[in-house]
Amino acid sequence: MTPTLAPSSRVQLTDDGKLRHFLTTEHLPRPLLEDILDTAASFVDVGGRAIKKVPLLRGKTVVNLFFESSTRTRSTFELAAKRLSADVLNLDIAKSATSKGETLLDTLRNLEAMAADMFVVRHQDSGAPYFIANEVTPSVAVINAGDGRHAHPTQAMLDMYTIRHHKGAFEGLRVAIVGDILHSRVARSQVHALNTLGAEEVRLIGPRTLLPVDAEALGATVFTDMAQGLKDVDVVIMLRLQRERMDSALLPSESEFFRLYGLNNDKLRFARDDAIVMHPGPINRGVEIASEVADGPRSVILQQVTFGIAVRMAVMSMAISGQDSSAAQTLAGGAHG
Amino acid sequence: MAKSPSKANLLIRKGRVIDPASGRDDVADLLVENGRLVRIGASLDAPGADIVEAEGHWVVPGLVDACVHLSLPGSGRAGDIASETRAAAAGGITHIAAQPDCGPVDSTAVVRLIREQAGQAGFARVMPVAAMTQGLAGSQLAEMVTLAKAGCIAVGNAGARVADALVLKRCLEYAATFDLPVMFRPQDASLSAGGCAHEGAVATRLGLPGIPAVAESVDLARDLLLVEATGVRAHFQQISSRDSLPLLRAAKRRGLPVTADVSIQHLLLDESALEGFNSHCHLIPPLRSAEDREALLAAVADGTIDAICSQHTPIGSSSKAAPFPATKPGMAGVDTLLSLVLSLVEDGELTLSRALEAITASPARCLGIQAGQLETGRPASLCVLDAGADRDMAENWLSAGSNSPWRRAHLKGAVKLTVCHGKVSWLTD
Repeated sequence: MTPTLAPSSRVQLTDDGKLRHFLTTEHLPRPLLEDILDTAASFVDVGGRAIKKVPLLRGKTVVNLFFESSTRTRSTFELAAKRLSADVLNLDIAKSATSKGETLLDTLRNLEAMAADMFVVRHQDSGAPYFIANEVTPSVAVINAGDGRHAHPTQAMLDMYTIRHHKGAFEGLRVAIVGDILHSRVARSQVHALNTLGAEEVRLIGPRTLLPVDAEALGATVFTDMAQGLKDVDVVIMLRLQRERMDSALLPSESEFFRLYGLNNDKLRFARDDAIVMHPGPINRGVEIASEVADGPRSVILQQVTFGIAVRMAVMSMAISGQDSSAAQTLAGGAHG
Repeated sequence: MAKSPSKANLLIRKGRVIDPASGRDDVADLLVENGRLVRIGASLDAPGADIVEAEGHWVVPGLVDACVHLSLPGSGRAGDIASETRAAAAGGITHIAAQPDCGPVDSTAVVRLIREQAGQAGFARVMPVAAMTQGLAGSQLAEMVTLAKAGCIAVGNAGARVADALVLKRCLEYAATFDLPVMFRPQDASLSAGGCAHEGAVATRLGLPGIPAVAESVDLARDLLLVEATGVRAHFQQISSRDSLPLLRAAKRRGLPVTADVSIQHLLLDESALEGFNSHCHLIPPLRSAEDREALLAAVADGTIDAICSQHTPIGSSSKAAPFPATKPGMAGVDTLLSLVLSLVEDGELTLSRALEAITASPARCLGIQAGQLETGRPASLCVLDAGADRDMAENWLSAGSNSPWRRAHLKGAVKLTVCHGKVSWLTD
């Protein structure tokens, strides 16, 4: 009697298991995540060439749909699309259509009519890219560029790329994610990716006001104490702390947060000697991370940005090819739609 | 379907008559004369009456739905009173308590409008619940007695909780003065602010802002203490959390005049239904954990929760076509209430007699109305159903709100005839 619902993983894949939308890292098979990392590796060199372009998305139109403004993320997606030779349209929806009363549905139908091939979506509501991929425009590849607190899968995959680059493999790795887990789509996507890729243990560290209820259900162990949580970890990922958390009574002050959870050299000593330090950026110096660590020898924060373009190129090219193969199958009458 | 304009003269023959209020469950005939149920017995004879052959079917009291959100212009809901009460009649429902948030129901003009439209449509008895405070704003008392005289059966503040404890205390004192029952929907506003899903494992994974279970029990505890202090009759609607159940049990044990209901959705679904951001399952109060669902079922079985309601909220499809947190909460429920309650019997969760009682005699008692039983000498309200019939909801959906995960399901149980207050309100061949 209970209605059956398609699991979220199905929507992302074609019938033969290729990526056609990239909405979340959760439930994706390990070979596919590894494929993303391997494909990204082949694009890392592109950035170093004199002509930084490959023709994989020539003739395709990528629309950056940002319902929440983010210059940094949008720029890296734009650059990634251009390096794949796509035509790129940037739409800052936060300021245009929806403020005129047009619904999300209307906006998308209009854009679909312009024969867009890919939507890169950032939205303040969890599940928005899923809604678009599932119910509005299934034939347009949808890449989630961050939705509410739910997922930020390309950020997580560039973090996986960075970890693999430095550590070689995920087996045996202990990874700590520190700070505002409650509001973090990045942390959620990282936990799923790390578990799928075979990390030994994922730890979430923060005060209870910044930890979601049942955080263990994500597939992580939870610590409220930095010293215990960082003990013997190979990777430390610091999350950005938004200023408004103080206003909503989640924390008393930035300085108390820094005292308890801010990463400085003293606290970093609990981690393994060869531990690397990551941060999705932009960093708040003196709030979640001390300059001595952010600019120190263990920090790989700037590399993350470089790898970010290659990972986004990988995901975009894979999703377009998945959509094309699924469309070809439908035309040939061999697919189930 | 055909609607009789006049009072029914019916002989309903050889149905299995189930009346939880009297404990009756046997094969018998029912005679309705001039709209009144005059006899229940073996081999009745009535020359001139329309014969309804009910062999193999069940004859049960008309359903009483303690929580329906009506569609009035401006309410933002789909359909109108006629469309939704017709859907209710087709689902065997004869009596509806309409929540005060459709108007709001704080003036006699709105009460009159609801009663007129419902009366003209003639599909169900619609009994409005009056707003307890003006405009449901929670600051000034509404004219409760005037509204009751105009036809309201109780007072309440719907989902707009009265935050100010002093205002609430005065509402309850005033209602108690005139013995008006008060309907509560406990959910603390600050603890639930911004939330759209049960604060638990699924919301954590999906990144949906949570509404903790304690948002309900904190408010329920406050309300119960004020009920005890004022002695008012109280009905608690849409209980969703197992943490609320010990509070209700304790209140009943102390002899407080307290009843409670739960929506059928909360007895059948839990937070896992939100997987894939299914906006049909965006409800307030939210669908909670599997453990909550089990505890709610046990509480219906043991009577801690008296009644099961539809929490019918018909919404246009555009209000559900958006990212989950941006969709309107609510599910259309009158089409499916009876079938879904019967599915709980089939699953062994409730006995047939308790399940039927929870949608007939019990909600009538909660609302303080005379309905929900097969009582001779009174205007007949009953339905005849083929309990085993397969019903394709895609073909038979009547509510203007298609917001239900069962909108295209096959459900068991089809209503053949509904008689509402002496008149045929639904008939199929």
